[in-house]
Parts: sequence; structure tokens; C-alpha cells
Amino acid sequence: MRTIIFRFVAPYLTSLMVLFSFFVLLRGHNEAGGGFIGGLIAASAFGIYGIACGVAPVRRAMYFHPMAIAASGLMLAVLSGVASLVVSAQFLTGLWAFPGILGGDVGISTPLFFDIGVYLVVVGAISSIALALEERDTD
Amino acid sequence: MTGIEATTGYIALALPFLAAALAPLLTRFLGQHAAWPLALAPAAAFVILFGAVPGVAAGDVFLFGFDWIPSFDVRFSFRLDGLSTVFGLLITGIGTLIVLYSGGYLAGHRDQGRFFSFIFLFMGSMLGLVLADDLMTLFVYWELTSITSFLLIGFDHHREAARRGAIQALVITGGGGLALLAGFIVIRELTGLASMTEVLAAGDALRDSALYVPIFILVLCGAFTKSAQMPFHVWLPNAMEAPTPVSAYLHSATMVKAGIYLLLRFHPALGDTTLWTTILPAFGAVTLVVGALLAVRASEIKITLAYTTVASLGLLVMLIGVGTEAAIVGAVLYLIAHSLFKGGLFMVAGSVDHGAHTREIDQLGGLGRAMPVTFAAAMLCALSMGGVTPFVGFLAKEELYHALEYADPYYVALMIAAILGNALMFAAAFIVALKPFVGRMPETIHHPHEGGLTIWLGPLVLGVAGLLGALFYATYHRLFSGPMASAAVGAPVTIEIGWVPHLNLAFALSMATIALGVAIYLLSDRLRAGIGGFLAAIGWGPDKGFDQAMRGLIRSATAITRLLQPGQLDQYMAVTIAVIIAALFGPLIYTGGWPAIPAFPRLHFYEWAVFALLLGGILPVVLATNRLTAILALGIQGFAVALIFMLLGAPDLSFTQFMVETLSVVILTLAMTRLKLSVSDHRPRRDKLQAGFLAIAAGSGFGLFLLSIAQRPFDRSLSDFFERYSYAIAHGRNIVNVILVDFRGVDTMGEIAVVMVTGLAVLALIRVRVGPKGVRYVNPLEKTP
Repeated sequence: MRTIIFRFVAPYLTSLMVLFSFFVLLRGHNEAGGGFIGGLIAASAFGIYGIACGVAPVRRAMYFHPMAIAASGLMLAVLSGVASLVVSAQFLTGLWAFPGILGGDVGISTPLFFDIGVYLVVVGAISSIALALEERDTD
Repeated sequence: MTGIEATTGYIALALPFLAAALAPLLTRFLGQHAAWPLALAPAAAFVILFGAVPGVAAGDVFLFGFDWIPSFDVRFSFRLDGLSTVFGLLITGIGTLIVLYSGGYLAGHRDQGRFFSFIFLFMGSMLGLVLADDLMTLFVYWELTSITSFLLIGFDHHREAARRGAIQALVITGGGGLALLAGFIVIRELTGLASMTEVLAAGDALRDSALYVPIFILVLCGAFTKSAQMPFHVWLPNAMEAPTPVSAYLHSATMVKAGIYLLLRFHPALGDTTLWTTILPAFGAVTLVVGALLAVRASEIKITLAYTTVASLGLLVMLIGVGTEAAIVGAVLYLIAHSLFKGGLFMVAGSVDHGAHTREIDQLGGLGRAMPVTFAAAMLCALSMGGVTPFVGFLAKEELYHALEYADPYYVALMIAAILGNALMFAAAFIVALKPFVGRMPETIHHPHEGGLTIWLGPLVLGVAGLLGALFYATYHRLFSGPMASAAVGAPVTIEIGWVPHLNLAFALSMATIALGVAIYLLSDRLRAGIGGFLAAIGWGPDKGFDQAMRGLIRSATAITRLLQPGQLDQYMAVTIAVIIAALFGPLIYTGGWPAIPAFPRLHFYEWAVFALLLGGILPVVLATNRLTAILALGIQGFAVALIFMLLGAPDLSFTQFMVETLSVVILTLAMTRLKLSVSDHRPRRDKLQAGFLAIAAGSGFGLFLLSIAQRPFDRSLSDFFERYSYAIAHGRNIVNVILVDFRGVDTMGEIAVVMVTGLAVLALIRVRVGPKGVRYVNPLEKTP
């Protein structure tokens, strides 16, 4: 699989796919997309990078252990639910704010953070499985 | 103070648990002296409960509590009437003495703090049990006593016998507790009533209902296992593996009395039926005689006492079963008397063990001079147990004989059992309390000595209390036994029995009992040999039966595990898919709701293309000689489905489907290459046919299932709801995403938690390494160097 062309293209392809996954994640509330799909896209991006260039560069690129990423995602999702408890609403009630940024109304909300949490869990869990499978036994 | 307020009531209930939390800390700083401050907790609870006595004696019932689980109509509520108050007083009063005694008995023990913790937890559970009004509250405390007694019996956990005793007690009493729970649920379902107060008032409805028999049996299972009736009595002697203070507490005021409490409590509601008046006396009488015989046969003080407890519980169950007013009064009097003398005698047994370093009766003798206070306490308790006047035991025995003196075969049989049991217990009492203290001291005993204040205080107080109760019987009846009996009978009862003997039939029988008891005492060695020989001839008892049942349980569990978990992946898959097929076809066959096969729809040319793709993808899956090809071709199916989603206007779904298909092909491929399988499929034809059959069955099952769903009229209420509100409430135009992150956020949270855990589990599976000695170890977070 590690042909020259594939290895050359893979980093660009991966970064494009990760960017695209962010895009899909953020627009999910109004258009097709969302945390789950975004996470899957990012996971396959890392998978491709791993197939092309080996596992070690992927792990370096991700910097954190994938499972840690997944765990922090779960944490973020829970915290975004807890946030509504602070204003004495029920757990996971959506809180919204519409600050005007760059002349446009941008919706910032706890469901957004929840979705980011979903994204991180999917990226972390799936890519840690994929990476572990790609890795050859050293012993 | 004539009553009890809710706040003080809660304080009384919480005090033991508070002490349990403080015990380890206090013990660390104060050592054995921690017993004194700790004993203040039950003492304070005792004082609080005592404050309720005048009110209770006047016939008041104090209720307090709060809504606990409102959605199930469960309250955390308590009820103080004659029955629960006297029980509470026994638990806290004897508990205070036991705590002090434990301070001396376990002085210097490494785990004394833990021990205090356990015993306080147990005390708190027991107190909650007898005071509880709501049935579910009662059950929670009931099982808590099972668990805490498990901890106490197994306290000496590095000995196997202690562990076995603990497990046995937990299995038997905990199992009975589950039966009790079922009984309570039936009562609730039947009457809609949740509190004891209401259930007691609805007695006639319960007795006349069709479900009386199941309720009766289930409640009886709970009571009989807890109160060690034949054949559930085995756990009680084995519980002797616990430290002596525990035995003293379990046997006198608490654990084993819980079942008796339950029977007394439910007597007004469930009693007075043919079932009640036959089953209870039958079990009780057998338990009484067998327990008493085994007591005389035992050669160790604690075991002897344990079997006399079994016998006493039998006697109590028998009396409650007879159920006349006199019989209930006899049971109540005997219950209080038993708590006092049995607690005292157990503590004496511990003192003797402490002083002489053995509990074998044959190796003991002549301790009286060295341990005069203990001897005095032992004699006070034994005289009460033997039913000699003026002790509370005498009052109980007179009353119970009075209750049974009818010239009816039923009563005569019970009377014979009572006389025989009482005589045997009389003998047992003096075997335990007299034999070790008189006669010649064997040379094996070195320097027996009296224990400290904490050691002899408990038995002496209990012995004296047994004497005072009988001497001032009028006050005793007015404050304690009278209200208790009234609560158990369900109507006000006046008790008049005093310590001065009257010349009547009961007194004559009482004399006969004592004479028989003295004879048994003198002949005890020969009797012991006789019973021992008889038991050896039988060989098989409930205790061995318990072991066999446990072994059988383990063996069947192993067999089932071997059946369900053979360790072969293809078998797991086959079984799983077979179960799915059964679940799909079962309802269709059962209801006969086969879907009509719809007419083939008109398709556009691109829909035909997707259809062709789908079919074209299947062929290589079936025909492929190479696994990799098969996996890739399988991916085509998924893509075709994703295309259909897209054509029908579900971009989110199709998007996700594409990604999932891609990733599953990638991961499957990776897994395949890792498994080092042979490239192609070499299974025999039979296996292939079987797999093919399963695949076709599962596929057509899913197809039929989906068809039958599609033929139902579509319910738009949810779609309408989401369409209307997804932008108005959640500010999102993508309904699917809004549902996922907003309307059903908790679901999604659960799902991502599952994804996370699955990831960890898969990682652990992949990372299993076999070490040099064949030991498997896992490091899920390991990184490549």
C-alpha cells in the first residue's frame, strides 16, 4: 500500500479531510452533518494517513492518545449537560447565546459543545481501534 | 416527654450509623477505650426510645417519615408501637452492653475499629427494620441486616470456617429476604397499600383474598430463614464462627429475632387462619425439640447456646402459630426473657473462653472461685432460662403452659413438645452456666481470671434485669410486655402473671419440667453419646445438604457456561444469528401477521442502476475465493443502501452510511490481516451450507419484518412535533441533528459512552499479549516505542 504516490498525497488528503470534518461538524445543526459523521470522517482521515505512512506518524500527529481524546469528548458532552444545571434548568437543556461576530449572528450553544463532544468520542474511539489494528506486533 | 418527635426519631435511627462512621477513627486514637464514647450512641438511642414508652404504654402509636420514591409511592416511614418500641429498646439497650463488652473482649485486636463499624451498621439496620412502617423501607433494612451480619460472621475472614459460615448465612437469610420482597410486592399489588399501619388494618381483605396462600408462604420464607426454623437452622450454629460479642448480639436481641418480629407484626393481618395455626406450630415444635436435643448433644459452650437459640425460636414460632391471646402473651414474655438471658449467657461464654482459653465443656470446671462475678451473672441468666421463679423466664414459662393447657390432641402434642424442649433447655442452661464453674479445676487451665469491668458488666446487668423484671412485674407488664402483646394481638391485652406461683396445672407441669431438666442434666453425658450415635447413623443433615446445593449450583453454572461460551467465534456467531432469526420469525409465526408481498414498484432508470449494483455486489461476496475480495464486495451493498437513502432524501443518513461502510471495510480488512487467516475459505461443505442457510434465513427475516412495518399506517405525530419545534425550540434546521443533540441528548450521551467503552474493550482485546509463562496481560493505553 505504501506506494510513493499514496504516501505523497496522504498528508494533504488527511488534512483536507480533517478540515472537512470540522466543517461538517459545525454546520450540522442546520445542514446535513454533525458530530457523528464529522467524527467518522476524521477517523477515516487518520486511518488513511496510517495506511499510507505507518502508525507512528499518526500518533505523533494526533499528539494525545486517541482514547484520551475520546474521554475528553465524553467529559465535554457531560459538562455541556451540567451547564444547564447551573442556571437551574434540567440536565441537557440547550442554552443559547447569539453574539454578533463579524457582522453576523453566530449561535453559540450547549448543544454545539455536546456535538463537539460526540465528535471527539467518535474520532478517539474509532481511530484508536484502527491504529491498534494497523500496528504490527513488535514482539 | 411522653412521645417522640420525627426529628428525635431520625436521630435515634441515625445514631448507630454515625457511630459506625466514627468508630475506626476513635479506635485509632483511644484503642479499646473507644468503646465508652461509642457506647453513648446506642445509649442515647435507647434513651430517646424510652421517652416514647409512657405514650406507647398508653396505647399511642407514633408515626413519622417522608416521601422517598414518590413515583412508586414508597415512603421512608417509621412506626413506634408496643412491638417496635420494645424491640428497639432491646436492640439499643443490649447493643450498648455489647459495644462495651466488645471493647474489653477484642482489646488490642488489630481490626477492632472495623469490628465496631460493622456492629454499629448492623445495629442501625436492625433498629430500622423493627421501626420501619413502609414495607419497602422494611425490606431495605431487612436485607441490610443480612449483609451486615455477613460481614460480622465473616469478620475473622482468614479462617475458612468463618467465610463459609458467613456465606451460608447470607445465602439463606438473603434468599429468604428476596422471598419476603416478593411477598410484599404481592401485598402491594393486591391491596394497593404500602405501609404496615394500613396493611394491619386490612387484615380481613388479605385473609379472604385468593392470593393469601402465596403471601403466607413468601412471608413465611422470609421469617423462617431469618429465624432459623428447621430446616433453615443450619446457618445459626455455623454463625458461631463470629467473635463472641457478635453471637451474643445476633442471638439475643437482633438478627434471629427479626423473623419473630415479622411474624408477630403480621399476626393481626395474616394470622388466625387454618394455615397459620397448623404450619407455624408444626415447624416450631419440630425446631424446638430438635434444637434442644442438639443443644444437649453439643460439647462446646457456644454451640450449645446456639442450638438453644434455635429451640427458643421454635418455641416462639409455635406460640405465635397457636395465636390465642394467652399464647401471644407467652411468646412476648418469652421473647423478652430470652433476649436478656441469652445475651448474658453468650457474654459469659466469651468470658469463660477469655479466662480459661477453651470452650469445651468437658475441659472446664471449678472456675467459680476465680471468676465470682461471671459465675453470679451466669447463674442469674441460667435460672431465668430454666424458668425458675422469680425470674422473667418463669413468667414466660407459666404463661405458655397456661396457653397450652387444653385437653385437645392438638394442644396436648404441642404441650409435650414444650415440656420436652423446656426440660432440655433447662439442662442446657445449667450445662453452660454451672458445669464450668463448679467441681474440680482441670490442670490444663492456667490462672483463670476475672475480666475487666466491661467484660462482666454486660451479663450482670442483663441477669439482674431478668430478676427485676419479674420482681416488679406490674410495672414490667404495664410498660413493656403489655403494649408489645397488645400490638401483636391487635387488641389491648392485660397481663397479670406474677412471680408468686399459683397451685394449678401450669405450675405442676412447670415442676415436672424442672424435675425432668435436672434428670437430663445429671444424665447429660450419656444422652450426648446417644444423640451423637443417632446422628452418625443418619449421616446426612441440612448442613451437608447446603454444601451439596452450593456444589450443584457451581457445577450447573460451569455446564451452562461451557454451553454458551465454548470459545469458538463461529459458534458464537451462529448462535447469535440463530437467536435473531428466532426473534424475527417468532412473532410473525405466532400472530400469523405475514405481510402481503407488495407489487413490484415502477422504478426510474437510476433506481434500476442502484438495484443492479446491489445484486451485482452480492455475487462476488458469495463466489469470492479470497476473503479480502469478499469484504470489499460486501462494502458495495452498504454503498448501494446509502445511495437509496440519498435518492429518498435523507442526506444525513446516507452520509453516515457511506462513512460507516468505508470504515467497517477498512477495519474488517485490518482485522483480517491481523488474524493471520488463510487467504481463502477452506471450510467443509456442511459448514458452508449451514452458514448459507443462516444468512438466507436472517436476510429474509429482516425483509419480512421491514415489510410488515411498512404496511402499517404511518404515525406522523412525532414527525410533526419535530418539524414544528426543531427550529422554534432548538434553533436548528437539521431535524436529525437536533434530535440527536437536543431532544434526545441523554440517549446520545449514553451512546457515545458505549462507543467509548467499546473502543476500550476492543483495544484491550487487540492488546492482549501472552507473557513468557503463558500469562495474559493487557495494556490498553500502551504506545508504540
